[in-house]
Amino acid sequence: MDSLHLHFDIDGSDFTSAGEAASELKRVLRQLGFPPEIIRRCAISMYEGEINMVIHANGGTVDVYIDSDEIIFELIDSGPGIADVELAMQEGYSTASQEVRDLGFGAGMGLPNMKRYTDQIIVDSIVGVGTAVFMSIKLE
Amino acid sequence: MKHSVTLDKEKCKGCTTCMKHCPTEAIRVRRGRAHIIQDRCIDCGQCIRVCPHHAKKAICDPFDRIEDYKFTVAMPAPSFYGQFSNLDDVNIVLQALLDIGFDAVFEVSRAAEIISDITRKTYDEETEKRTGPIISSACPATVRLICMRFPKLIPNLHKMIAPVELAAMRAREEAVKKSGLSPEEIGVFFITPCPAKVTADRYPLFLEERVIDGTFSMADIYKRVLGPMKKVKEPRQISKSGIMGIGWARVGGESSALLKEHHLAVDGIENVIDILEDVENGLLPEVEFLELNACTQGCVGGCLTVENPYTAKSRIRKLMKYLPVSKNKAEPEDAEAILALAKKVPEYVPVWQLSEDREDAMRIFMEIADLRRRLPGLDCGSCGAPSCRSFAEDVATNFASEEDCIFHMRERMQYMAGGGDADEYLPPPFRRTDGEESDEKDNDHDDFG
Repeated sequence: MDSLHLHFDIDGSDFTSAGEAASELKRVLRQLGFPPEIIRRCAISMYEGEINMVIHANGGTVDVYIDSDEIIFELIDSGPGIADVELAMQEGYSTASQEVRDLGFGAGMGLPNMKRYTDQIIVDSIVGVGTAVFMSIKLE
Repeated sequence: MKHSVTLDKEKCKGCTTCMKHCPTEAIRVRRGRAHIIQDRCIDCGQCIRVCPHHAKKAICDPFDRIEDYKFTVAMPAPSFYGQFSNLDDVNIVLQALLDIGFDAVFEVSRAAEIISDITRKTYDEETEKRTGPIISSACPATVRLICMRFPKLIPNLHKMIAPVELAAMRAREEAVKKSGLSPEEIGVFFITPCPAKVTADRYPLFLEERVIDGTFSMADIYKRVLGPMKKVKEPRQISKSGIMGIGWARVGGESSALLKEHHLAVDGIENVIDILEDVENGLLPEVEFLELNACTQGCVGGCLTVENPYTAKSRIRKLMKYLPVSKNKAEPEDAEAILALAKKVPEYVPVWQLSEDREDAMRIFMEIADLRRRLPGLDCGSCGAPSCRSFAEDVATNFASEEDCIFHMRERMQYMAGGGDADEYLPPPFRRTDGEESDEKDNDHDDFG
């Protein structure tokens, strides 16, 4: 069986539509009959990735590949990049603006949550070029 | 499962209004009539509210069911009190219920106060043992929604029987003592604001067996008590509930009765879905108790009520003004017994699963994705499905044919017209060219009016 590919364009200009890709992904996973726990882990990882792109990178793309043994996420943006990835992975660390924090975002839980709910995460970032995040959630 | 929400075939014109408003995409229109997909219906009553032809209705019990019992008890939902203008004493309503034929009344708000008391006492323990909020299970439409769409949140549901179920058990005990009859000879009847509670009475969510003998529509009982209420001069003191119990009638009542800080009360099915999405995405970690009401403003907004939800809500507030905070409490052994009644746990109902077999589901999903690329994405509803997406799902699962799409019909008509353009035969929203605006207007009416 080929892997199933889903592509999402994340609109960086609009906070109100943030979370739509996560909702869409959940719907697909329900249709495919994945267990609730897997759906929740995917939803949180996807949502955090999506929000990060809106807050920091003016949008980007997410490609999700559903295989028989794992679900792979590729999140690509051409935002400012992350200077210190290790620091960004720490809970509570955030470079979000006050404006963004006032909206209830920017608590510094984005990448830490993505790490927590996936089995593998690789963050590849070049300052001034962009960020690529690869995540994998193993099935069974 | 036999749902309360049903269709009156005679009245239905097949207009697609209900189909467009159904939050679980449970309605399809076929052969000029709406059809409800039973597995997906949560009895929220949205279709009843929006149907312009009053073809959607809630099946409740007929009033003469009270004849079947030697002794009957009426159990009005607190939202009932918000239906009457210039009411300053709920005892007038309760007296009128006795006057129309019930032998006793037991307010659901009394049981609500007991449940609030138990929930307050077990609150800290409950919040500590789970991740995420305690989600109220008082609104059966939202519980069923969670079971279908938010399975990961099922363990967060408050494991508690409904106030009306506790009321029914207490009412029967009281009636047995008072009348000397056996429990089977007593009929306990709920006066409900919504169809979801009718279905929940027949198929309890947490109880193993049903405890209510029948459910009457609030609108029906309203009509019956109006006259008798006018004749009540000096009502006896029948009511035994306070602000906390009666407050359950509207959004925020259940959660404010907990006297805790970190609660969130949501009303309206679309808002409920949005909040559940947020909770599932790991947001709102500070919320400890989540109260969800499918209807606008809570139970006062139920589709079997008579009054506008906002008006009813303001009346409830006025009625509560001179009442004590609460009149009912649960003794410790009582609390334990009540908690133990919630034996069942609602289960995940995967109604959107395309196939039991993952590979098969993936194949169907790809077919859906492929079909969607060929569909116009207008969600016009002409095919009898609420959106192009749900139509594609129907086609891929053999519940519809791709030919049912009006845009595919265009192609067929072009073929039949000998390869010419079929544009002029289509209704204005589906035409590709504008044509001569002024001339076309009249033609539209001739052809399609």
